Amino acid sequence: MSAEPRARTARAVRPRAAVLAEKALEAVIRLSGVSAIVFVAAIFFFVLREAAPVLFSEGFSLKQFLFSTEWYPTSATNVRYGTFALTVGTVSVTALAMVLAVPFGLGAAIFLSEFCSPRVRETLKVVIELLSAIPSVVWGFVGLTVMSKLIVSATGAPVGVNVLNGGIILALMSVPVIVSIGEDALKAVPDSFREAGVALGATRWQLVYRVLLPAAKNGLLAAVLLGVGRAVGETMAVLMATGHAVHIPGSLLDSVRTLTANIAAELGEAPSGSDHYRVLFLTGTLLFLITLVVNLTADFVVRGIRRK
Amino acid sequence: MTRVRPSTPRRLALLVIAAAFAIPACGGGGAKGGKSSKTVIQNKGSDTMVNVAQVWAEEYRKAAPDVEVEVSGGGSGVGIAALLKGAVDIANASRDLKMSEAEQAVKNTGKLPAGYNVGADALAVYVHKDNPMSEITLVQLTDLYAEGGKVTRWSELGVTIPGVKDDTIVRVSRQSSSGTYEFFREHALGNRDFRLGSRDLNGSKEVVELVGTTPTAIGYSGMGYATASVKMLKVAPKAGAPAVAPTIAAVHDKSYPLARSLHVYTLGEPKGAVKAYIDWILSPAGQKVVEDAGYVPVAAAPPKP
Repeated sequence: MSAEPRARTARAVRPRAAVLAEKALEAVIRLSGVSAIVFVAAIFFFVLREAAPVLFSEGFSLKQFLFSTEWYPTSATNVRYGTFALTVGTVSVTALAMVLAVPFGLGAAIFLSEFCSPRVRETLKVVIELLSAIPSVVWGFVGLTVMSKLIVSATGAPVGVNVLNGGIILALMSVPVIVSIGEDALKAVPDSFREAGVALGATRWQLVYRVLLPAAKNGLLAAVLLGVGRAVGETMAVLMATGHAVHIPGSLLDSVRTLTANIAAELGEAPSGSDHYRVLFLTGTLLFLITLVVNLTADFVVRGIRRK
Repeated sequence: MTRVRPSTPRRLALLVIAAAFAIPACGGGGAKGGKSSKTVIQNKGSDTMVNVAQVWAEEYRKAAPDVEVEVSGGGSGVGIAALLKGAVDIANASRDLKMSEAEQAVKNTGKLPAGYNVGADALAVYVHKDNPMSEITLVQLTDLYAEGGKVTRWSELGVTIPGVKDDTIVRVSRQSSSGTYEFFREHALGNRDFRLGSRDLNGSKEVVELVGTTPTAIGYSGMGYATASVKMLKVAPKAGAPAVAPTIAAVHDKSYPLARSLHVYTLGEPKGAVKAYIDWILSPAGQKVVEDAGYVPVAAAPPKP
């Protein structure tokens, strides 16, 4: 609003072409801002459009889709599309990944931003960025070969591709995201906060715990959420590391299958337009809704904290 | 300073322009040469056949240097789905084409797929080499693998695996796009569904590898994938009947219960380079590849019923 009068004086002085150019530029910038919404809506629309016809087909029930653990898309006798075991698979692997990655990620972010010398920080940041540049199929490979052997020899489990393996691999993949966004959030806290804290006689730990974490909580939550998003959406690595068994896990050493891995493994063979194909798209919609719910919940939590 | 400044960007610009011309010039030349002299045949499908298909492609390069065969796996279903879209010239399948797939092909392309029997395979049941079991019946396999089956521990089959505390059976299976998966479901489980919770791996070789590293595992895969760390079980149709080992002779006389044909499919009758390639596959040179890979050549196998 404060730009209004200034723009009016500018129009009086500047030539018409410059004013037009500015208007055009403004429109372009506004368009790029709105485009994110358009893209999200369009992707959701197209995925849902591929999926929608199956909702009305007679062999399909939404209750079965959401709450049955029986996934038999190609059965010769009795086709059933239940994704509950796959949803539990995704949730269990993601939850384990976050239990491992959040403490390490936020700890590393705090260390980088508050405790270490500039030289150490630069080296660490380069290494952490390198970690995030490793392709997911390579992580999957590490899970399948190195990690699975370690898990078998450490725990005596019969098979090394399981929830634990997938969780560790996903944690390693989301830590770099959490560290870089978390460090940015902590860096964004004004130095005056730190100076005030030190002036009041706070130790470094008190400063972090009482001043910086509350001040940066929105950014830190965003960092964790991006980590969750990375973990929920990851496909290749979990396809290779979790064992791909449709099964509700009873322990960390059980194999599971995730929603993403299931889509990746089966979409290639499902004839386009068949019920199986449409159900896989519906699974995509379900994934989309899961991330939406996670993001919205977090948003409400942040607002709740802010109001207090 | 003032002299250098304007010239540097100009020189840079010249370099960029030169580079922009140079790169497509080289690339274009290479691609053109490749296109005019080589015919490319796209070949996709069965993981059971992918090793054989790759050796076929390599050997055929010696016989016909101007034809390039590009081979990829993914499963029989994936190969056939690609054929129906017209994305590949030849689909490999370790199962028969389904009626629904033939109809889909006619609907999409107006052509009926043509199939060729190019070899035979015995689907072997693998266990770890330390497993004392030596034979299994189809009934036991159903109890183990099919939905509603009750067997979950080796002790229930009367088997004690040395050095293992928890003898829960680790069932190894294939992803649902695999022809091996469908063949096993049809011929070992009588078309009943698989019990959920098996490890569904993405390749014939992976199955044998996992069974080879897991003493409590059981899995099924083509007989060509046997290694030193696994054992192939003899299979009996039912208890009391003689159990038969998966051998070339047993596939010939059809005494092995899990023997199957290997096929290649084309859209419509093959022509030109594709026809020449399939003819070569059926020739003694192509069939030798089948035999070397551990499968059964078609010439010796009984004719298709």
